[in-house]
Amino acid sequence: MKVELENLTKRWGNVVGADSMDLDIKDGEFVAFLGPSGCGKTTTLLMVAGIYKPTDGFIRFDGQVVNHMAPKDRNIGMVFQSYALYPHMNVFQNISYPLKLKKVPKDEMQKRAQRVADMMGIGHLMDRKPAQLSGGQQQRVALGRALVKEPQLLLFDEPLSNLDARLRLSMRSEIKRLQMELGITSIYVTHDQVEAMTMADRVAVMKDGRLQAYSPPDELYDRPRTLFIAGFVGNPPMNFLEVEVVRENGDYHARREGFDVVVPPERGEKAAGKGKVILGTRPEDVTISDEGTPAEVFIVEPLGRDDLINIHIGEASIHVLADPVLGLKMGQNVRLDFNTRKVQFFDQATEKSLVWA
Amino acid sequence: MTTVTFEGGSQSGVRHFLGRALPYIVLVLSISPIVLGYAWLIIATFSYRTEGLFPIDAAGNIGGWTLGNWSFLTDPAIWRVTLNSFVLAVGMVIGVGFISSMAAYSLSRMNFAGRKGFLSLTLLLHAFPSVTLLIAIFFVLNFLSKIPAIGAWFGYNTLGGVALVMIALDLPLGIWLMKGFFDNLSWDMERAALIDGASRFRVWWEIIIPLVKPGLAALAIFNFLSGWSAFLIPFTFTVGTRVANLPVYMRQMISDTAPTNWNMIAAVGMFQLIPVLIFFIFTQEMLLSVYAGGSKGGT
Repeated sequence: MKVELENLTKRWGNVVGADSMDLDIKDGEFVAFLGPSGCGKTTTLLMVAGIYKPTDGFIRFDGQVVNHMAPKDRNIGMVFQSYALYPHMNVFQNISYPLKLKKVPKDEMQKRAQRVADMMGIGHLMDRKPAQLSGGQQQRVALGRALVKEPQLLLFDEPLSNLDARLRLSMRSEIKRLQMELGITSIYVTHDQVEAMTMADRVAVMKDGRLQAYSPPDELYDRPRTLFIAGFVGNPPMNFLEVEVVRENGDYHARREGFDVVVPPERGEKAAGKGKVILGTRPEDVTISDEGTPAEVFIVEPLGRDDLINIHIGEASIHVLADPVLGLKMGQNVRLDFNTRKVQFFDQATEKSLVWA
Repeated sequence: MTTVTFEGGSQSGVRHFLGRALPYIVLVLSISPIVLGYAWLIIATFSYRTEGLFPIDAAGNIGGWTLGNWSFLTDPAIWRVTLNSFVLAVGMVIGVGFISSMAAYSLSRMNFAGRKGFLSLTLLLHAFPSVTLLIAIFFVLNFLSKIPAIGAWFGYNTLGGVALVMIALDLPLGIWLMKGFFDNLSWDMERAALIDGASRFRVWWEIIIPLVKPGLAALAIFNFLSGWSAFLIPFTFTVGTRVANLPVYMRQMISDTAPTNWNMIAAVGMFQLIPVLIFFIFTQEMLLSVYAGGSKGGT
């Protein structure tokens, strides 16, 4: 099913939940709503579900406006962070509840519920109560309940946030595989950018109720259009330095006190002559080397495969991923080499990208 | 601090004993008036007369046990009255339970004009003593009596009228109690049910009500007890034994002209107590859990 949001707005008095959202989701597409808590992603999701009525704008399913359609008529399935299983019903009753409401005949109900439960790997737990299940099993029941009525749209509201790290990883790939196999259009709300990046075909980044960007994960990562996206997407987050870009002898230099690097002309020319701008560079694009910008190691955080190093360049501080073999120590003087091919520039006032304007 | 009591000699041993016994002494002393009261009640029902806690026969000697006080059980009126008490109690359980769980659900979950005002008004109404309303209610019931059909069931001097008044007076408490239980339930479950395809009413009946069962049970118990032992309202709005309940029947045994047989009144009181005791035995676990920690239904 195709989903379109047009100028979708939700207000409670002066409080704005979602502000003029424009978004389209293709049939079978997996879209993630990404943003910090309170950014309006869940509000938007609940409007799509029909729980909240939009203050303004339209929601269209396959071109048909559904603003006033009751949730039960929308043919959607939803998975909640709290699982929202019915504690007084057993697993079978939970999964078959949507079918019971649709007045599906008993034997067919039995068959479909069992099939979904088997698919989710909880077929043997049918007569347990939710309280007797582990978090992961509860999540599977919730997923099964959302899938059993064969919805045309699946909504996920931070479904993995309550699971432990290892389980989250396996459920993540499982949901992704399931969604691809079934081909159900899906909206996945999360504040975890790794989840959004790994699972979604396209990511809608939201902040303060507004849509900041809507693009495939790679593009979000390589071509951030705002300072917020650049800082929010990617882990560890992008480093920001206040610099001035000047042209000297045909080269573009990004400069600040104790820092002077040559940047590629196609990016440098867009930031040159604009006064102070913000340079963004990801931790993996900075390497410790024998020559380059002098800096001092401030904190070393071992991550296993890499060390995350907090390094001071004059008064500025950036994060760098370094090989643990280097054995960097606090207070050690090093030199940094910047991979400037991927350097970003942002306007200080508007916080918009100067490179991807 | 506690190590002193273990290491010390006999003196601190006494103090240790006193320290442990003191709470019990205080508790026993403070509940003894009630225990003595019930002890008297039981002894009195089986004796001609009592002197303090001792049963006394006609000659003034200790003794004189009798079952004569229970002769009221042969009076057909008592069974009529008991039935009335029971109908009133059950009527309150059903009436208050049904209305307050629906009202409380909408007050807890839905947004409508006047919601806030209604809530504070309900609380205010609960604060009014029902005695102050007696005369006004009399006029209302009198008016209802004149309406054909309805008057015969819910007018003055009818069980329905008494039940109606008592339900109305108990609703504010019921609504607030149930609202507290509903407020504790997560919205997600309700949203899930709506998305699963349930109507608002089915969500209420199939998802929400089963989860507030402890609350409903507590409300039912309170209402049963208050209906079973109701005196003021039935006494004011009924005449004679046809619609009287047990407490009113007991009051009618106290005559202004003839000497009152207090031992028989004690027996009627005992008789009224028996269903409550049985009821309590079956519900005490639930009652205690409600008092101790509120609903455990939601999670």
